[in-house]
Amino acid sequence: MTDNFYNEILIDHNLHPLHLHELPCATCSNEGINPSCGDQLSLHLVIDKDIITQGSFTGVGCAVSQASTDIMLDLIIGKTPQRAMELCQLFSKMISGEITEAELEELEEAGALQNISKMPARVKCAMLGWNTLKKLLAESI
Amino acid sequence: MNSKGYKKDFPVYQKYPDLVYLDNAATSQRPQLVIDAVNEYYANENANPFRGIYELSDISTKAYENARETVRGFIGAKSIREIIFTRNTTESLNLIAYTYGRDNIDKGDEILVCISEHHSDLLPWQRLAHNTGAVLKYLECSESGEYSVQDLKNALTPHTRLFAIAQVSNVFGQANLIREFTDICHSNGTVVVCDGAQSVSHMPVDVKDLGVDFFAFSGHKMYAPMGIGVLYGREDLLEKMSPFLYGGEMIEYVTRENATYAQLPHKFEAGTVNVGGAVGLGAAIKYISGIGFDVIQERERQLTLMAFEKMQEIPHIRIVGSPDPQKHHGLITFTLEGVHPHDVGAVFDADGIAIRAGHHCAQPLHQYLKIQSTARMSLAFYNDEKDIESFICTLKTIRRRMGYDR
Repeated sequence: MTDNFYNEILIDHNLHPLHLHELPCATCSNEGINPSCGDQLSLHLVIDKDIITQGSFTGVGCAVSQASTDIMLDLIIGKTPQRAMELCQLFSKMISGEITEAELEELEEAGALQNISKMPARVKCAMLGWNTLKKLLAESI
Repeated sequence: MNSKGYKKDFPVYQKYPDLVYLDNAATSQRPQLVIDAVNEYYANENANPFRGIYELSDISTKAYENARETVRGFIGAKSIREIIFTRNTTESLNLIAYTYGRDNIDKGDEILVCISEHHSDLLPWQRLAHNTGAVLKYLECSESGEYSVQDLKNALTPHTRLFAIAQVSNVFGQANLIREFTDICHSNGTVVVCDGAQSVSHMPVDVKDLGVDFFAFSGHKMYAPMGIGVLYGREDLLEKMSPFLYGGEMIEYVTRENATYAQLPHKFEAGTVNVGGAVGLGAAIKYISGIGFDVIQERERQLTLMAFEKMQEIPHIRIVGSPDPQKHHGLITFTLEGVHPHDVGAVFDADGIAIRAGHHCAQPLHQYLKIQSTARMSLAFYNDEKDIESFICTLKTIRRRMGYDR
């Protein structure tokens, strides 16, 4: 692992997460657990007329899981659940190291986590929020 | 300290000369002579032990039984009949729960377990309680990780059948008062199971002095191969216990309907055994004895003290457990304010330093201490001052590298 893995984008989202808060008006929520560290994360969304209008997360986690989830919410708010699901699949592709340059652009800031594909020990951390989103959408769509 | 002398014994340092390995509580590295002993067994002495009516099988049997005698001497057991080879501590403890536990523990009985136990000395008892209707109770420790004699006396009832305790905690590094606790338990008619996974490589152990009824440990945390472990049990208890696994080499005579079982210790060693592992464990014990626990304990004490004192000078560090470095036995668990332990571990990894991060298979303890997870450095006698200096040097930079205090 190289030190620049904790790049400025990741550090900034970890220290100042925009979406780390409760969301009392959420229309759906789901929980994810990372068994290797015991970290728990809850994801909350408001889906209104087939658009994710609001989203937040609560819980504790490492910089990778916190930043990854915060970036994910930035990306999916304002999109349809179907588009969010596609982005989930693109993110998984990136983490398994199989993404194309064009696809990477669609992930915007989430591309800052591309190096996780070289760190098997942290894949679960990066995927925690995304896997929770996938579960939540599968149940709500 | 002549540290180079010891690192030279471990080939991992030839491949990674700059490795700073501080995860010895998870597993130790292995010296060349242990690797050689295993190689030589498979090259020169390999055959299925006990079964063959031929010389090579006999040689293999002798290699295995010699290792058992070495283990017996190492922990001061009375007889080789009390030494059972298993895969590891976890299997040893499960063996007790599945045999002694199911034979002797019933609905309404109580099992007392220390809150700081590793999951391997907790889940077998939790499961046994679920299956039998027994009550699982926890003995709680102080914030510094100490268990008091009075708390133990208060926790024991006429129904307490079994008490499970680690000799050294894998989170606190604290050594428990096993002899005192055992005496109290025995006067209550309570059997004592002791998890020695974190003690046997760091201090001399004599099961007779400790007085425990069962004692479990793993080879891989004491320079031996993975996949070999030991269960010591008092002969009179083992004698009465049902077998654990059923199959080859644990029988005396088998008919269509029934079987009688082999004598101790073979009754508990079903199937083809891990002779290579046992031989490696024997070699590791001889290696430890060659260095001597006086040397091992003094080196580990000095290194722990050095790390502990330097860690105390770093802001935002919280050391879990005793404020007295002498009580940590080469193991320091800590948190760094604002940085998740996994990130702490990742930054150490970036600098070539191996430590552990997470809940260390002790989730109930972390819940009890109200800490989500922790980081842990754990050393062995082959570590040196340079390792500690590198560890401290990186530790000082982590918060800055994670975006704080810039």
